[in-house]
Amino acid sequence: MELAAETKAMLEDKAKRIRRHIVSMLAEAGSGHPGGSLSIADIVTALYFQVMKVDPARPDWEERDRFVLSKGHACPVLYAALAERGIFPVEELKTLRKINSRLQGHPDMKKTPGVEMSTGSLGQGLAAANGMALAGKLDKKDYRVYVVLGDGEINEGMIWEAAMAAAHYGLDNLTAFLDFNGLQIDGSIREVMNSEPLPEKWAAFGWNVLTIDGHDFGEIIAAVEKAKETKGRPTMIVANTVKGKGVSFMENQVGWHGNAPSKEQAEQALAELA
Amino acid sequence: MTEKIATRDAYGKALAELGRTNPDIVVLDADLSKSTKTAVFGAEFPGRFFNMGIAEANMIGTAAGLAAAGKIPFASTFAVFATGRAFDQVRNSVCYPQLNVKIAATHAGLTVGEDGASHQSVEDIALMRALPGMTVIVPADGVETRLAVQAAAAYKGPVYLRLGRPKVPVIFGDDYRFEIGKAALLQEGKDVTIVACGYMVGEALAAAETLAGEGVEARVLNMSTIKPIDTEALVKAARETGALVTAEEHNIIGGLGGAVAEVLAEECPVPIYRVGIRDTFGESGSPGDLLKKYGLTAADIVEAAKKAMAKK
Ligand SMILES: Cc1ncc(C[n+]2csc(CCOP(=O)(O)OP(=O)(O)O)c2C)c(N)n1
Ligand SMILES: [Mg+2]
Repeated sequence: MELAAETKAMLEDKAKRIRRHIVSMLAEAGSGHPGGSLSIADIVTALYFQVMKVDPARPDWEERDRFVLSKGHACPVLYAALAERGIFPVEELKTLRKINSRLQGHPDMKKTPGVEMSTGSLGQGLAAANGMALAGKLDKKDYRVYVVLGDGEINEGMIWEAAMAAAHYGLDNLTAFLDFNGLQIDGSIREVMNSEPLPEKWAAFGWNVLTIDGHDFGEIIAAVEKAKETKGRPTMIVANTVKGKGVSFMENQVGWHGNAPSKEQAEQALAELA
Repeated sequence: MTEKIATRDAYGKALAELGRTNPDIVVLDADLSKSTKTAVFGAEFPGRFFNMGIAEANMIGTAAGLAAAGKIPFASTFAVFATGRAFDQVRNSVCYPQLNVKIAATHAGLTVGEDGASHQSVEDIALMRALPGMTVIVPADGVETRLAVQAAAAYKGPVYLRLGRPKVPVIFGDDYRFEIGKAALLQEGKDVTIVACGYMVGEALAAAETLAGEGVEARVLNMSTIKPIDTEALVKAARETGALVTAEEHNIIGGLGGAVAEVLAEECPVPIYRVGIRDTFGESGSPGDLLKKYGLTAADIVEAAKKAMAKK
């Protein structure tokens, strides 16, 4: 899909700001997960700045679209998006992972405005998203539910229980993204526990499956639009991504899954994201 | 300066050591082998190491099958996931058939730190302790971890080993003899007894030192086996010191404090105060900040000891 030039420029600018926040907040925290945060920065940006109905003044507005970050360790990207969207002050990003902070190491819906579900134990977010989608149907609301899964995360059996249920209940108000960055913690997904073939598996479970470049805003938004038009089935958008995207020395490096950059590394990363 | 080593590091080394003499030892992990340190075993014995991916329930179920076919599986991941995510597999596939599975879980308690509440197990001892036939061991240092790993491998039946993320001081010398079910007397005393496990043993010793400065002689027991618990040592401590404090990096419900209170209520009731997490989830923060905020320091043990003694 061809996006209007100004929309594209706006999204690119937001994504860059979000990536810069990710680098800065992790360097400040001294721990956390840069790789999987950066790999979904474009998807999360598209959702919060183009796709989803949200009202920054009322994070709990009943009609809002819901976003569940099932791969909860990537929460720096979510916090950065919520702050940029005006749901809490950008200043607060500095408190990530510190004692008494509202910004926990993994998403905490009781502490952070705009966080829809507490996650961090991998594999549980899709079921929660299903529940929100079922409630939307019961209440005859037209909000939509978005969820992001990791390609390592889907090793969990519970993901496939939820995959079955979403198709069984025809949750066409549910759209999932699979962050296909090819890496988990102990190595590549092919080495550790091969979850491929991905589109075929989701199709076999009864989902509408789309495959995109997860760093192309036109493709992300076009896929979301197709999902909205699809009736009777949930949609899985398999997004080909690069773990660590945007920071040259982090890209495709398994070692950057769960290590924070040093001050010097953060400076280099910020220079690249200038 | 005292040497410091994380119990998870001692675990990784002890496993590899065991692998060299016992070909039946097999190891499973759930995509955390660099953190749990099973990667040390995996590097040396790739054929006997199975990375199950992020699938803890499947890992425990597979371990049960390996044990049923004669292997001695050690299965590792973080304590929250090993005991919580795979609870029914531990219950119905491991404990019910009494299979020879060793669950060695790391990153237990608040000292996980910045990852926050989703990753901090405050309930794992309680869960494992309530399972019939499960042995529960919480080693205090690297030396005891190595011996506990060896003892677990030699023992036939399910064992839960609770290990930590941070470096902790080495308490025991090379002459230490570990036995499942036996408490270790770390310091003699007649006024009050501090019963501790895991990370809190270091804090208990520091508390005893502070108390000594105030003329209070505190006995310190390292209760590394929480199940079966050393009833004899507890009853002796209750009789001889008349008041107890328990100290654990776990909910005060269902863990060491619960176990001690259960035994002494029946066998020799004395005042007991429990130092531990007061029935709440943790949060993100440095281990030091968290231990302070949640009342798990030597100073908290000192205060509890005074309260217990005042009730004598
Ligand atoms: C149930 C559970 N098991 C293990 C972990 C530890 N863990 C955190 S991230 C991760 C790897 C995730 O890989 P993937 O889903 O591919 O994430 P990404 O590459 O997008 O960062 C693991 C094993 C966890 N958080 N939850
Ligand atoms: Mg991945």
